[in-house]
Amino acid sequence: MNLTTIDWVIMLLYFVFVLGIGFALKRFMRTSKDFFQAGRSLPAWICGLAFISANLGAQEVIGMGASGAKYGIATSHFYWIGAIPAMIFVGVFMMPFYYGSKARSVPEFLRLRFDEKTRAYNACSFAVMTVFSSGISMYAMARLIQTLHVFDSAFVYFHLPLGWIFHFSILLSALIVLGYIFLGGLTSAIYNEVLQFFLIVAGFAPLVWVGLRNVGGWNGLKASLPVAYTHSWRGMTNPHHNPLGVEWFGLSFGLAFVLSFGYWCTDFLVIQTAMASDSEESARRVPLIAAIPKMFFPFLVILPGLIAIATPALTAHAMARTAMHGSAAAGAANDPAKYGKGLIPAKVDPVSGKIMTDERGQPLLDYDLAIPNMLLYYFPTGILGLGLTALLASFMSGMAGNVTAFNTVWTYDLYQSYIHKNASDAHYLRMGRWATVGGILLSMATAYAAMGFNNIMDTLQLVFSFVNAPLFATFLLGMFWKRTTGHGAFTGLVSGTLAAIVHHGLTLPTDAHPGMHGGWIAVVHLYPSEMAQNFWTAIWAFSVNFIVTVVISLMTKPREESELVGLVYSLTPKPVEHHMAWYARPKVIAVGLIAMLVALNLIFK
Amino acid sequence: MNLDLRIPMGLLFLIVGAILTVFGALTRGSAIYVHSNGLDINLIWGLVMFVFGAIMFFLGRAGDKRAKGKPVEGTNQPLRGGHGHH
Repeated sequence: MNLTTIDWVIMLLYFVFVLGIGFALKRFMRTSKDFFQAGRSLPAWICGLAFISANLGAQEVIGMGASGAKYGIATSHFYWIGAIPAMIFVGVFMMPFYYGSKARSVPEFLRLRFDEKTRAYNACSFAVMTVFSSGISMYAMARLIQTLHVFDSAFVYFHLPLGWIFHFSILLSALIVLGYIFLGGLTSAIYNEVLQFFLIVAGFAPLVWVGLRNVGGWNGLKASLPVAYTHSWRGMTNPHHNPLGVEWFGLSFGLAFVLSFGYWCTDFLVIQTAMASDSEESARRVPLIAAIPKMFFPFLVILPGLIAIATPALTAHAMARTAMHGSAAAGAANDPAKYGKGLIPAKVDPVSGKIMTDERGQPLLDYDLAIPNMLLYYFPTGILGLGLTALLASFMSGMAGNVTAFNTVWTYDLYQSYIHKNASDAHYLRMGRWATVGGILLSMATAYAAMGFNNIMDTLQLVFSFVNAPLFATFLLGMFWKRTTGHGAFTGLVSGTLAAIVHHGLTLPTDAHPGMHGGWIAVVHLYPSEMAQNFWTAIWAFSVNFIVTVVISLMTKPREESELVGLVYSLTPKPVEHHMAWYARPKVIAVGLIAMLVALNLIFK
Repeated sequence: MNLDLRIPMGLLFLIVGAILTVFGALTRGSAIYVHSNGLDINLIWGLVMFVFGAIMFFLGRAGDKRAKGKPVEGTNQPLRGGHGHH
């Protein structure tokens, strides 16, 4: 790749600004509340944009582009019914409890509502997950920088060995993220998430515009792709008739309800941004504000995947520029570009340098390169710097969100609760800063572990999905059924996770072999796709958690109602909305959002 | 609280927008725009970013002035640099 000075200047400017924001915020970090909760003083629009940005890490962006190239517009389900209803629900119904209970984190809310063991279970699993996620982000970024040869020319210029690029990328991202969180805490992380939001829009909107122009607009795109690519609901009555391999029930219950509500309504990574806002009213508006751009993000991150597939045959020069990674010596027979489709090259085995094929001998496509190759192909130098900056920014803000969630949960829910109870506020502030350093070091260790043992990462992500899948049932019952007890919640959570593990061990996607993909106990059921298996694992985990929590709660002694005010729906005064202008009322915004969601699904049905 | 994000963000977009605009103006009709259908995307998008940055920056400055004009808690005095300052 040929980056010129102007691309470097734009990237450098971004780094200067993110660190500058950290320095500017440093003097405001006087108490632990300033550091961990942004002083609970940020305006709703900032927290709203950070709310979706925290989720919009680069793996998400690259993954959605890849999925768009593989499945088409059906990928939008992850943004539409797979996010919007949950965001509305958390804003309208759940935020008053998170914000109003004065809990400083989601695990702390669980302690207020249930008991110590439920909090400890959630805090420990969550802390481990954040560190690993941030490490995986770091690893993915370093790999992408390597694959795209971003720093190659600079390394050659300074006579440094190219083998150091991976280490350099890890160290660079670690130092920058560490720098701005150490200085400015959660405020810094949120500000940078918002900055990243605008950079992603600024970097990807022109990409879609130029790309669409090149393939003849939306109609041209439709004409050059199979019909299923531009419809999101076609064939959903039968899992064998649509590219995702799921049916409408699995999609709407598994994805839109269990997984989506489990993520958007309980994951402290996103909830922390809403809890940083300046009032309960703002906190309720945060997810609703976030839902508006979220709805239109498929056009920025999924559409490039479709365009990448539809971009007409390329000149050898263009593909050589975009798709080279370690196959220069392999010759034309092994040219990944030749066996690719549109801008997407065939997958190359990193060890042998040969093109990878499926069982029928067809080359596998490296969909993850859809977005990076779009940037490299369509963007001239100048705006290319902006596009790459947007991508790097989203890697870093993905890391930052995890690191701030980690330092808060570590300091408040583990250190303050179990290790050192009654220290001064200044002590916890210091601990938060050092937890940031620790979190970053653990992330780096994870990134290196990922380099050595790819399977370990897959296994870990699988384990996380088992832990996360049942979560929403616990919150739902806890907030809306006053009879739910701590013993019920804890037993339910553990049983839900066990149910997820057992379900995974008993089922298998049709095209996989027993092992990592399931069926390691015995194969009693086959799913048409891995996605369907994931959705059903979540459905089982949720249902088992729900039933066990209810049964155990009925068998154990409930807490006094007076202790549950502010924590349970029926015992808490409803938030008043009538003093707000009609368009600012959360329920009105919610109705508007649902109307928009229905309209989008009808347009792209 | 504290720092209004719109100010640094506006500045970043202003600077990047200006760089892209100037670079785009200098490279009009260049071969680097072949893949974008001859569209000078640097110039066009540079201008868009410049205008967006300017709006953000001025909104941030205005918001900052308003915040400073608010009375200090516990007194009747506005802070220095507020509306009453001449």
